[in-house]
Amino acid sequence: MRYMPHTAAERAEMLGKIGLGSIDDLFTDIPAEARLAGLLDLPLHASEMEVEKNFRALAAKNLSPYAAPCFLGAGAYQHHVPSVADHIIQRSEFLTAYTPYQPEISQGTLQALFEFQTQVALITGMEVANASMYDGATSCAEAVLMACRVTRRKKAVLSGNLHPHYRDVTRTTLQFTEFEAAELPPMAEGSDNFDDHINSDLACVVVQNPDFFGRVQDLTALAEKCHAVGALLVVVVNEVVSLGAIKSPGDMGADIVAGEGQSIGVPLSFGGPYVGLLATRQKFVRQMPGRLCGQTIDQDGKRGFVLTLSTREQHIRREKATSNICTNAGLCSLAFAIHMSLLGETGFSKLAALNHGEAVTAAEALDAIDGVDVVNNTFFNEFTLRLPTNAAMVVEKLAEKGVLGGVPVSRLIPDDPAMENLLLVAVTETCSDSDLDRLVSALKEVL
Amino acid sequence: MSIKFTEDHEWVLLEGDVATIGVSNYAQEQLGDVVYVEVPQVGSDVAKGDELAVVESVKAASEVYSPVSGEVIEVNGDLEETPTLVNEDPLDGGWFAKIKVTDASEIDELMDEAAYKTFVEGLE
Amino acid sequence: MLNRQGRSTQAVGTEDTEMDMETFTGNKGLNHETPLIFEQGLPGRVGVDMAEPKEVKSRLGGLERKDPIGLPDLSEPQVLRHFVRLSRQNYSIDSGFYPLGSCTMKHNPRINEKVARLAGLGDLHPLQPVSTVQGALELIDSLAHWLKTITGMPAVAMSPAAGAHGELCGVMAIRAAHEANGQARTRILVPESAHGTNPATAALCGYKVDAVPAREDGRMDLEAFATKLGPDLAGVMLTNPNTCGLFETDVKKIADMVHEIGGYFYCDGANLNAILGRVRPGDLGVDAMHINLHKTFSTPHGGGGPGSGPVVLSEALAPFAPVPFVTHGAKGFDLIEHARGEAAASFGRMKTYHGQMGMFIRALAYMQSHGADGLRQIAEDAVLNANYIRVGLNDLLHSPFKGVCMHEALFDDSSLKGTGVTTLDLAKALIDEGFHPMTMYFPLVVHGAMLIEPTESESRQTLDEFIGAMRHLLGKAKAGEADYFLGAPHFAPRRRLDETGAARNPILRWTSPAAGQLADDVTLSAAS
Repeated sequence: MRYMPHTAAERAEMLGKIGLGSIDDLFTDIPAEARLAGLLDLPLHASEMEVEKNFRALAAKNLSPYAAPCFLGAGAYQHHVPSVADHIIQRSEFLTAYTPYQPEISQGTLQALFEFQTQVALITGMEVANASMYDGATSCAEAVLMACRVTRRKKAVLSGNLHPHYRDVTRTTLQFTEFEAAELPPMAEGSDNFDDHINSDLACVVVQNPDFFGRVQDLTALAEKCHAVGALLVVVVNEVVSLGAIKSPGDMGADIVAGEGQSIGVPLSFGGPYVGLLATRQKFVRQMPGRLCGQTIDQDGKRGFVLTLSTREQHIRREKATSNICTNAGLCSLAFAIHMSLLGETGFSKLAALNHGEAVTAAEALDAIDGVDVVNNTFFNEFTLRLPTNAAMVVEKLAEKGVLGGVPVSRLIPDDPAMENLLLVAVTETCSDSDLDRLVSALKEVL
Repeated sequence: MSIKFTEDHEWVLLEGDVATIGVSNYAQEQLGDVVYVEVPQVGSDVAKGDELAVVESVKAASEVYSPVSGEVIEVNGDLEETPTLVNEDPLDGGWFAKIKVTDASEIDELMDEAAYKTFVEGLE
Repeated sequence: MLNRQGRSTQAVGTEDTEMDMETFTGNKGLNHETPLIFEQGLPGRVGVDMAEPKEVKSRLGGLERKDPIGLPDLSEPQVLRHFVRLSRQNYSIDSGFYPLGSCTMKHNPRINEKVARLAGLGDLHPLQPVSTVQGALELIDSLAHWLKTITGMPAVAMSPAAGAHGELCGVMAIRAAHEANGQARTRILVPESAHGTNPATAALCGYKVDAVPAREDGRMDLEAFATKLGPDLAGVMLTNPNTCGLFETDVKKIADMVHEIGGYFYCDGANLNAILGRVRPGDLGVDAMHINLHKTFSTPHGGGGPGSGPVVLSEALAPFAPVPFVTHGAKGFDLIEHARGEAAASFGRMKTYHGQMGMFIRALAYMQSHGADGLRQIAEDAVLNANYIRVGLNDLLHSPFKGVCMHEALFDDSSLKGTGVTTLDLAKALIDEGFHPMTMYFPLVVHGAMLIEPTESESRQTLDEFIGAMRHLLGKAKAGEADYFLGAPHFAPRRRLDETGAARNPILRWTSPAAGQLADDVTLSAAS
């Protein structure tokens, strides 16, 4: 087998050195009745060529969003990933390194993390960010737990227009803790009313911007209401490109920002791995979960970086840790850092403007179709359409025509008649004018 | 009133009904460079044996247990800026909290300085 | 000393002056320094060309960003060079031996990277109609089949994002099962030697963690375990092979005993590599076990992630598995995405979408490459290599536990006593020898622990070189040359770093010196 260097003769010699007669002698601690005599009921080893063939065959059974006009969003967005980002993350030294626990020989990963943390803090308008969580939804759940620790309170309230998966993950995460999250109902039109929840028992309000239906909101007044009762405002961002165009959550008074960083540098990859962003104020940093990279100096006085404030983490604090997270989204955060470095201030703002321009153009074209209405007044690069019929069925018919026309809201919010005809449409820089023409004409045909 | 010590290496000094609490020189040596001290909230009630504070070095976090019961009436705010006080001056400037005790007799069973010295020698 | 050509046989200058030599740039030949990306920008440069945005009437509702963000502008070659230079300051499994115990740093085949990037796999949107992603669902289903077959378990939850997330999945399933039976159990047993994620996970599930001590032979103390059983016990979390690199010989008894009181057996599968194809956890009474695809099945560690932590489940726990999962429907593969209907007992959802697909692809490619025969060979060679190291060092280093080990060899620091050299010093000296250090000070139950996991990927030559280097360094330590160690590493991009300073005064991001200057000015003028 090509991945294992020993020859049969070497194995025998090594066993001799160990003082054993056979390989089986290495496994005598396993209860005799449980030891496997033969091979598992699985195929035998395969050549690289065969393996590649298998995966090409699987890939051929899927419709690539690059082979069809793609208007899918709902928390995961098709953006162009610069080839430099994908090249660098495949360099051996980044790809095949472990967590940087030996800082002397991990400065590459550590400095990149420090740059990532700074980028995330800058775009969210916060003071500090951690070195990543698994994804946006787990960041959101961790943000709620963190807010409960900071405020020493036990109740959170979630916006009805928070991405349904984020609500589900937060509910799941909290279910066996002493904390609880109230949930407002989703509303494609109209906005949350938190008044019954904002009181001195509340740890935090969690609200998404732009929200699940795509609406852009000013959260300044909400932040003030939270702060007046000693609660925190957690702002969720699942399309980070929006931060290139919209006032940052920090500027609106957010205390914690939980985000999904997939849009920058990370391919769609059928839903994962992605990169969870978590940013906050410096004064809350000891209640923050996850790894943090900090600047320091070495023995010779040179600037260097280390993982720091580790006493928050499970490997030291065990059951009293801020979270159980260990492995995070290291390589995805590197991809984010590279893509963001390529964009810079100019490119990030331009990318956001480009997305917004495409989306506004698309919204106007779609709104002009008979029976189709854009529900939102405001949006960034994603909006909700009201169709005259069931959106899930429309999406299936569009797919048959080779168009990935959007995400039916009912896929994420099932069993709610008010959601059945709603379609989420995301329009990024990857959508061309001809893609839009195909969507418009296909939609006209199937309605 | 003289200083008393616990087997967990806290010290307590009772003056009137107010007990000042910190950790011993032996404890700070074992902890290494202290980087952070989490002190209790003023006004909170603690029972003897409750977690009172957490002392952190780079690779360890150790709980400090209250040797007495009562109400926390003051904490050492200097530790936030200068946690090194625990290393440099454990028995004075490195104190953690002052507690208004409810039962001064809880202190009687603790070790005096000489007994603690013997106790620590036994550990090495 | 001169050789026959009249030239020094040593490099010019002493070792010390070479190390101390400073260059004008701070670079040392091929080893380049690179400033922070924020220190390299010049407004107006761009690293990504794109079309001009369309002129439209803004729909942002007046919430346009007004202030600059503060990101630096750079061109593509500058960004490329920056990150290439950074990469060269990292150690990696591709460049050298990485014997980190409990981490399974093995070869990362490149075919896995290639197939993960195929059009139609790496670029799929998670919410495409299921009719357009039948190949992706088949892939997940196929990986699930391999995992169930390898572990001898009837079900698997695919969505957990990493090992600790898998633990959370398993323990949540346990708690959900108890609650479904109307039982409010409050306590969970975790051996003292367990990884920190175990107690942290148990705490997130509302369980009180009760530690079980180890026996003299490094296994869980069965008598102590027996005394802790009771009707309030939810279950036990046991790593097997354990964190001392030993197989828990009483594992079946432990499973039987915990089942007898109505509890469940969670197995931490971090060390599955040692037993692939030799024993199936399902035959040992396991109810739930996470599998670190990024360890055992070699999806790369990537400097700390992403991982993937599917959890195999027993019949008893399977109904409580998180959504989503793949089923075989009338029109092919289908996805159950909501906790209702056939998933009504599910404890909920753990992450967005369907799991770490990118890691699934790599892990399945790795499994197919090995096959049933190769998987068994993995365990055999991994255990052989660990024992080869154990025997190669055990006259100089003390093993706290006697006998054959599994996939990793554990030593304590008692052999270093009186030398003035610590486990940390030894590890840093290994860096100068070109090796990544072993895991240090874990497990916590062994003083000054050194946990060495060579994996099956390493040749005998590499193992011999490592053993030779260790013997050389231990010889120096025992000969009283402590000073040699204290300055190590000498040949790394950085010497030892001030971690105390970093923790006392956390600097967690770059701040513009101009902004700092401005803030100082404001403070000064306010003061005056």
